[in-house]
Amino acid sequence: MSTDTKSLTSNEAIRAELESWLDENWSPDRSLLAWRDILVDGGWAATGWPLEYYGRGFDRGQVALVHEIFREKGAVGAASVGPRRLASETILAMGNDDQKRRYLRPILTGEHAWCQLFSEPGSGSDLAGLSTKAELIDGKWVINGQKVWNTSAHHADFGILVARTNWDIPKHQGISYFLIDMRQPGVEVRPLKQMNGHASFNEVFMTDAIVPAEDLVGGEGNGWAVATTTLSYERRGAAPTLSGASTSENPQEGLVYDEYREELKIANEPYTWYPQRQGRVDLVMSRAKETGAISDPVIRQEMAKLFCMSKGAVLASQAAEAKRKSGSNEIVPAGSIGKLAASVIARQSAHVHTMISGADAMLSGPTSAEEGMVAEVLISVPAISIAGGTDEIQRNIISERVLGMPKEQRSDTGPFRDIKRNT
Amino acid sequence: MQTEFTEDQEQFREVVARFLQDKSTPLSVREMMASEAGYDKDVWRQLCEEVGVAGTHIPEAFGGFGFGSIELGVVAEEMGKHLYCGPFFSSSVMAAYALLNIANDSSKVKLLPDIAVGKTLATLVLDSLNSPEAVGRQLVVANNSLSGTAAMVLDAHVADLFVIVARAETGLGLYTIHAGAEGVSVDLLETIDQTRKVSRVSFKNATVERIGHVNSESLDRTWDHICVVLAHEMIGGAQHLLETTIDYTKLRYQFGRPIGSFQGLKHRCADLLMEVEIAKAATHHAARCLDAGEGEAYAASMAKALAADTYMKAAREAIQLRGGIGFTWEEDTQLWFKRAKSSEVLMGTPAIHRERMISMMEQQS
Repeated sequence: MSTDTKSLTSNEAIRAELESWLDENWSPDRSLLAWRDILVDGGWAATGWPLEYYGRGFDRGQVALVHEIFREKGAVGAASVGPRRLASETILAMGNDDQKRRYLRPILTGEHAWCQLFSEPGSGSDLAGLSTKAELIDGKWVINGQKVWNTSAHHADFGILVARTNWDIPKHQGISYFLIDMRQPGVEVRPLKQMNGHASFNEVFMTDAIVPAEDLVGGEGNGWAVATTTLSYERRGAAPTLSGASTSENPQEGLVYDEYREELKIANEPYTWYPQRQGRVDLVMSRAKETGAISDPVIRQEMAKLFCMSKGAVLASQAAEAKRKSGSNEIVPAGSIGKLAASVIARQSAHVHTMISGADAMLSGPTSAEEGMVAEVLISVPAISIAGGTDEIQRNIISERVLGMPKEQRSDTGPFRDIKRNT
Repeated sequence: MQTEFTEDQEQFREVVARFLQDKSTPLSVREMMASEAGYDKDVWRQLCEEVGVAGTHIPEAFGGFGFGSIELGVVAEEMGKHLYCGPFFSSSVMAAYALLNIANDSSKVKLLPDIAVGKTLATLVLDSLNSPEAVGRQLVVANNSLSGTAAMVLDAHVADLFVIVARAETGLGLYTIHAGAEGVSVDLLETIDQTRKVSRVSFKNATVERIGHVNSESLDRTWDHICVVLAHEMIGGAQHLLETTIDYTKLRYQFGRPIGSFQGLKHRCADLLMEVEIAKAATHHAARCLDAGEGEAYAASMAKALAADTYMKAAREAIQLRGGIGFTWEEDTQLWFKRAKSSEVLMGTPAIHRERMISMMEQQS
């Protein structure tokens, strides 16, 4: 429908329209919220979304062009960092009109921050084995249970939640998907401190927390399909459906920039150690030279193994992408293979950093190697093979879906009530 | 630089693959291993005449087809899969690349056309198969008279022409001599990998013809070209081992279920797939670097190191996952295991290539 005609809009026309719109409307002196209201009303906040919901039905290339123009003008785009994207994309794909009308706009304006309430202490790799309970009492869903690994939950206004609504049928079928208000007495958020000292995640305790009936997404018992939609967005990473400018490239003056920088600071805070969990391969050669470790033939061998793996993994993912684009029938498990490779690379990098440091690897803090970054590598790398699905789960996916090896025999096929689980 | 194969390249792969599937079966490989020549002359002739493999990368001016490292890699990859036994690697790859990179033009015109159609079997005589730096310590030329021993030369027992790197007073040079010339003796050696025949070649005041001056760049470049072809052979072999091993785990039952349903095996296969995909990508990348003339030395060493380690890992896993049957002479896996071992060490062990990578990086940054 309208999406198709919009896709035909030429790049020149988009540029002309957006540039003149920005010339007329963009001003760094407004508050962030006031600016984003104008942005949403103007239809430039989420150009990849359909016309009915703040968008223009643009394709990826057109959305990328919009980003580019925002960057050129130094204009701030819609709120897009953190888990809010998972919520908006899922609501857009699986929510009803009422939910879309109520929730999408405040996500774009940044008024509402969101978090994801999926994993539980008792169900990590086996997400469908979750046991947070949702009961419909007097027309409202009453939620009881505990969630974990909830990034940004401590400043979230809402959460996307999966909970069990039926215990007497097979586990995937008894799950429902909810939008929950985090600012209520039944929801308690506690920071979860990791072994590297950061607290990027939270635990969320729900005790008789309330979800209104109209905030069930996709219907009762359809939660697994909705959750799968969320997870596929999560795995795909940031699809460029929203437009935005980076203030780091535009360190400009004005109220809107001040507030935007603050928003980014809060939203990005949980991720500051993420480069370290990948091993910081970029620091290896310069450190080896500075410390003189470069003259050690054993360390040289280990460094070369690391560089082979890290460059090889990049090349393999490029090859997979090229194959995918060419429409090859071959199953290219780029994601899972890349994830396994990332673990091998991170571990090897930590190993090499340790060899380079020698006894100095005992030290941490700002006076230690690379202002503490090397120490942070050594104690953050164990996360890489767990976060986003353990390596063992990735290996199951590769062996079963790519190599076509037989599935493990299951012992969780009956009614959920009868399945052995953590207590 | 391109990141995928063109349609023409894929079709070429199909042609080579179909030919080898038919003509290089495990049964025929075993026959070749046991034979003294080590290859089937008719199959080689057909490969040259019908598929044109010997001249793939040789420019049209010298009687070849004028394709690049990518197409030659396609041939080698399929040969590695099917464990082809024949003079392709010694003559079309090693000797031809030495001539292409080092020889003077008149010698190229004279020698390459017959090599490009497989009529002349040439082989490259190096007194070290470990690294280019070690070449030129055993073979010495004075007044066009060559003496010394090359401890290991591929297919020397069937070669018509020896292309030799030897040291003269003026530095390293490229020389030729015909097999059977006076002062040349060839002794076929016993080897682990019987699909690759290796001889010791000794020269005693043999009269050679000088056809080019060797400098470190041209020798390194020859070495890189050879290593990248070898890496293709290795990833082909590794891919074959991965596929046949997966198939075996689906068919073999123990404890009432296919052994491929046990996570202990599935996870090892997933890891192997990851390594094979990475080695393949690095090897294909190296061929593209050679053809584009960008970063080829680093890419070649990376490909050789990764492909060698991956092929050996695939070979070890292929035997382990088959259990006892994998260790028998009768089972074909051992043939690829042995080829993996000879490929691992030929033209530099992975450790030598890793050292070369770091030296290059060190100088750059």
